[in-house]
Amino acid sequence: MLILECPCCGVSGEETEFHAGGEAHLKRHSVGSTDDQFEEYLFMRENPHGVHFERWRHNNGCGKWFHAARCTTTLEVFGTYCAQTYEPPKEIKDAISARRPGWSWRNFS
Amino acid sequence: MFEAVSALQGASFNAGIAEVRELGLRGMITLRGDLTDKKLIKAVKGIAGRIPEPRTVALKDDDGAAWMSPDELLLMVPHADVLSTIETLNASLKGTHFLAANVSDARAVFEVFGPHAREVMAKLAPVDFSPDAFKMGMFRRSRLAQVPAAFWMNEEDAFTVVCFRSVAEYMFDLLSIAAQAGSEVDAL
Amino acid sequence: MSTRLKTAGRFTDGGAQLSFDFNGKKLKGVEGDTLASALLANDQMMVGRSFKYHRPRGIVASGGEEPNALFNMGYTNTFEPNQRATTTELFDGAKIGSQNHWPTLEFDVGALNTYISRFLPAGFYYKMFMYPRAFWKHVYEPFIRQSAGLGKAPRAEDRDPDTYEHFYFFADVMVVGGGIAGLQAAKAAALTGVKVLLVEQTAHWGGRAPVDGGEVDGLPADKYVDNLVAELSAMENVTMRTRLMGAGVYDHGYTLGYERLTDHAPDIVGPRHRLWRIRAGHIVTATGAIERPISFASNDIPGVMLASAVRDYAVNFGVSVGDRTVVVTNNDDAYRTAITLKGLGLDVPCIIDARAGGAGALAEEAKALGIRVENGKAISKVKGGKRVTGIVLCAQAGEGGVLEEIECDVVAMSGGWSPVVHLWSHCGGKLIWDDPQSHFRPDSERPPLGAKGEGFVSVAGSANGHLQLAELIGDAHGAGLDAGKATGGKPAKAAIPEGAPTSEHPVEPVWLMPQGAGIKLLSKAWLDYQNDVKVSDVQLAAQEGFESVEHAKRYTTLGMATDQGKLSNINGLAILSDALGQPIPQTGTTTFRPPYTPISMGAIGGEAKGKVFQPLRKTPLYEWSDNNGADWEPVGAWRRPFAYLQPGESVHDAVNREVKNTRENLGLLDASTLGKLVVKGPDAGKFLDMLYTNMMSTLKVGKCRYGLMCSENGFLIDDGVVARVDDETFLCHTTTGGAETIHGHMEEWLQTEWWDWNVYVANVTEQYAQIAVVGPNARKVLEKLGGMDVSKDALGFMEWADGTIGGFDARVYRISFSGELSYEIAVSAAQGLAFWEALHTAGEEFGAMPYGTETLHILRAEKGFIMIGDETDGTVIPQDLNLQWALSKKKEDYLGKRAHQRSHMADPERWKLVGLETVDKSVLPDGAYAVDEGVNANGQRNMFGRVTSTYYSANLERGIAMGLVKNGPDRMGEVIDFPKTDGTIIKAKIVNPVIYDKDGEKQNV
Repeated sequence: MLILECPCCGVSGEETEFHAGGEAHLKRHSVGSTDDQFEEYLFMRENPHGVHFERWRHNNGCGKWFHAARCTTTLEVFGTYCAQTYEPPKEIKDAISARRPGWSWRNFS
Repeated sequence: MFEAVSALQGASFNAGIAEVRELGLRGMITLRGDLTDKKLIKAVKGIAGRIPEPRTVALKDDDGAAWMSPDELLLMVPHADVLSTIETLNASLKGTHFLAANVSDARAVFEVFGPHAREVMAKLAPVDFSPDAFKMGMFRRSRLAQVPAAFWMNEEDAFTVVCFRSVAEYMFDLLSIAAQAGSEVDAL
Repeated sequence: MSTRLKTAGRFTDGGAQLSFDFNGKKLKGVEGDTLASALLANDQMMVGRSFKYHRPRGIVASGGEEPNALFNMGYTNTFEPNQRATTTELFDGAKIGSQNHWPTLEFDVGALNTYISRFLPAGFYYKMFMYPRAFWKHVYEPFIRQSAGLGKAPRAEDRDPDTYEHFYFFADVMVVGGGIAGLQAAKAAALTGVKVLLVEQTAHWGGRAPVDGGEVDGLPADKYVDNLVAELSAMENVTMRTRLMGAGVYDHGYTLGYERLTDHAPDIVGPRHRLWRIRAGHIVTATGAIERPISFASNDIPGVMLASAVRDYAVNFGVSVGDRTVVVTNNDDAYRTAITLKGLGLDVPCIIDARAGGAGALAEEAKALGIRVENGKAISKVKGGKRVTGIVLCAQAGEGGVLEEIECDVVAMSGGWSPVVHLWSHCGGKLIWDDPQSHFRPDSERPPLGAKGEGFVSVAGSANGHLQLAELIGDAHGAGLDAGKATGGKPAKAAIPEGAPTSEHPVEPVWLMPQGAGIKLLSKAWLDYQNDVKVSDVQLAAQEGFESVEHAKRYTTLGMATDQGKLSNINGLAILSDALGQPIPQTGTTTFRPPYTPISMGAIGGEAKGKVFQPLRKTPLYEWSDNNGADWEPVGAWRRPFAYLQPGESVHDAVNREVKNTRENLGLLDASTLGKLVVKGPDAGKFLDMLYTNMMSTLKVGKCRYGLMCSENGFLIDDGVVARVDDETFLCHTTTGGAETIHGHMEEWLQTEWWDWNVYVANVTEQYAQIAVVGPNARKVLEKLGGMDVSKDALGFMEWADGTIGGFDARVYRISFSGELSYEIAVSAAQGLAFWEALHTAGEEFGAMPYGTETLHILRAEKGFIMIGDETDGTVIPQDLNLQWALSKKKEDYLGKRAHQRSHMADPERWKLVGLETVDKSVLPDGAYAVDEGVNANGQRNMFGRVTSTYYSANLERGIAMGLVKNGPDRMGEVIDFPKTDGTIIKAKIVNPVIYDKDGEKQNV
């Protein structure tokens, strides 16, 4: 059972305080998008063996959403960061690079 | 005005390793807004004395404010003063983006006290309640068994627990069972 | 025979006499005994029958690895099967019974299986019970069910009277195992200043060291242990618990501890078990090692035991397992048993050492005591039936030719020691094969990884493969210091403890005895006592192609059930490796899964039983309803009255009465559970326009509007009435089940997509008691209570107003989910009951009666109103429910809009909402399907519709229903078939779903 630190309230809590919300950094496609774009947005997901970016909500806590960069194989948590962003901040990317040199995920690396 | 009653009307349990009792109605206001906004800070100071730091509660007797999230405070005032306090807030924050909602009757409030109070809490919440970790002034939102709750210490070995009114009975039963006779852990 | 010695045991010294009941026999024991030691003291060599062949079985071990001595304990509501005798402490009045036999332990009909054992090899069930197919249901399955299962399950009607609890605990370092290594590691870690938790599964500190002897820092091991315990007890940063087993290690330092509080003394008041939910920065497992049996013929006869166990019973409990003990071994440690027994005045006719070179210093010591030592020898077979009477000596190198028969009543065997690697392995720690010691031990290079990618488990002592005291004590000290350092401790200056060196000869692997044993011996050489798996079974599995150790395990049942192969695994996979002609590390081990030994279901559930099994949400009117005949219905976690039963009334009668009364007079409904979300901010209107399919931003202050919400992929998720409170503020009603999810849904979009929009949301659901006042007399009762103007002109349909009613501060919504004149009135929750009672008192003359959720459903169904969760199931879109009117065409975007353009969503063939009128006026079964001719690609009957809501309408005196039917709205008047599960068919005519008051005249008065 994971421990995550909520970057919004600073609480480090066990997984039962949180709610997993699937993949992070999805781009919303709506009216005007092609069928392929919309399908991609709704259904297509990364399923990596390694570095992954996820959304979590501190539902039994401050109620805020945040993002976590995590290794799906070892469950190592590289960091958590605020959800109001389109891409992982530099310090998170650096933290991942320090542990997983040469990583890439979608168009991030 | 009709008498307002709390969910369990002051139920109590004192046959175990800590005492549990439902406290009466408490005036509670959810205030959402920019906690760095000068107007808001001034308004809250007028009501609660000061703005609590993250993860803390600023109380004088039973009144004050608790830090709920980066954009939310829980203001606590006498139950009879809630509506006037909201009016004051609405007036003083006019023109800023905020939300003040009366949640006094949507909550149930409990006290758990006695030398084993920390243990009773540690049986239900995934939180470190050892004296080195959980200190006076700290305010924590988490879960107690299967329901969300917020809690803090009023004084050493006395916890206040706030939960939704609808689960007041569950919470009371839960705390009473966790405080059952013979269940001392002696590990905190 | 086994008996209590005059010499006192370490644990039983000075203990009070206890009496207990075994299979109806009254026996005596001593305080400090385990069930196992007490039974042995009473010469109870046979303690059970084996699972498959019902062979007599005795106690083999002295700890958690015991495979045979599993008992029924307690009676009626305290009954529990499979309680391990070796780890269950004796208490006065204990009542225990042996398992797996009928009618008695001594005479067991099932023992006949042993005579046909030749015909019950591995995989017998899989092969035998295949054909003929028809036999499965009536012959094979009942037979297997009858013989399956270890012990008997408690009776379903009995309720466990005990209580259980969880306890969350946080430590920097957790040390699992209170043997000498665990104590040393805990002390070293504690010296660095970090917070240490040390747990020991038994009631005693020290583990094996006090029994095995040896010296540390010039002190005898037991004295050194006493000193360590005293030192640790005095350290403020150390928490020590006995009777607390480290059950499992999980991700990020999460560890489960299983504490048994009252099992040893059931009269103690308080919870029985406590499950510790521990977060440790670092875990040191000092879980020791387990001695392995040796596979020789008839090694399962009662009296064949682990050498260490024989020693334990003598030293710890003052129990002699037998007068004449033959020791058989492949390592030096078993000599200690011979020496100990001899020292107690017991006879040891022979030490049989399979190694040609024999043992080191301990052999000299044994010989000096006059014990005969035979090197390079083996046991060909054990003689005896319900107890050992002797052994047949042979050469280890041969095929079992008889050299000599030796009379004895105990065989103390030792096949070497395997580190207990379970906790290391639970979360991914890898093992390495240690060839010189012939065992798997933790590979410190590949530990389980924690939150920061660091190894968070380390191992100390014999669990780490250090079997000699001289080595293990230093290893444990180092492991403790390192763990302290890893969790922020300060370097501590402490002398490394030194153990007195011993000179032991290395172990030699002996997986089979004798080495060339033929099939006759092999098929009596047991590997797994608990599951009756023999050497020949594993060989057969390999021969039949079950080459993976995991497959072989399941095919043979080796290492399954309560002991999970603690004794049998390594021997079994050595046999498998040999049969496959590959080295042991290539075969590998099966997966180690928590818990280490079985823990109670009660402990896992913790406090969650009885009234707090799950939270029940109650409205402020719960108690009133409960006192007034409420028949409760679960709606999510809420309990809502389904109907209010009057004395002598059936539920059906009550519902019919409520329906008619509400239509004709006045009904009162507790609607407090409906979600109420305040949405406020300059962008609130824009936000709600995205969330609802219809336009909310144009709603005028003081007005209400019904809205639909879809998920991003177009499916209906919620509906409700939105009221505009002021320019920037809306109050959104959700369904009962939707309050929390829709609140979460709003926060999700605000926080993760439109974070620059200025909107705040608050869930104020429970702030209010909300009461629906419904029926032709609704206005009359409100006017009688007095206060605000609720006339048609002052408060029109779909309007709301704040005011007072009967002196209560109230917000009144003129909305209707029933088609009647209806007001929903919100007052503060704290005044909810008083207001409800005031309505009843004032309403008496107008025929006021409470009504429940079933009446609510019937009234809305008569009006053709949909219900989220009935007409919707996560696959239904608004268009399916003819709700196109609620889909804004003016809005550029809203959640679900794009999805509705997908081809399948726009398909004209989608099933659509219609009313269904049964031809015979009966009530359609809920969920019934309308069937078509033919079958689909999966061979299932073609379907073209289904019932979504179905009720008996007392107003219309017939069944009414709604359903989704392919092209439904175009098929008005058509009669379609709904088969019932009994094979009969109900015919129903497709009609308009609005059945009652089609023009809405009743609500617009």
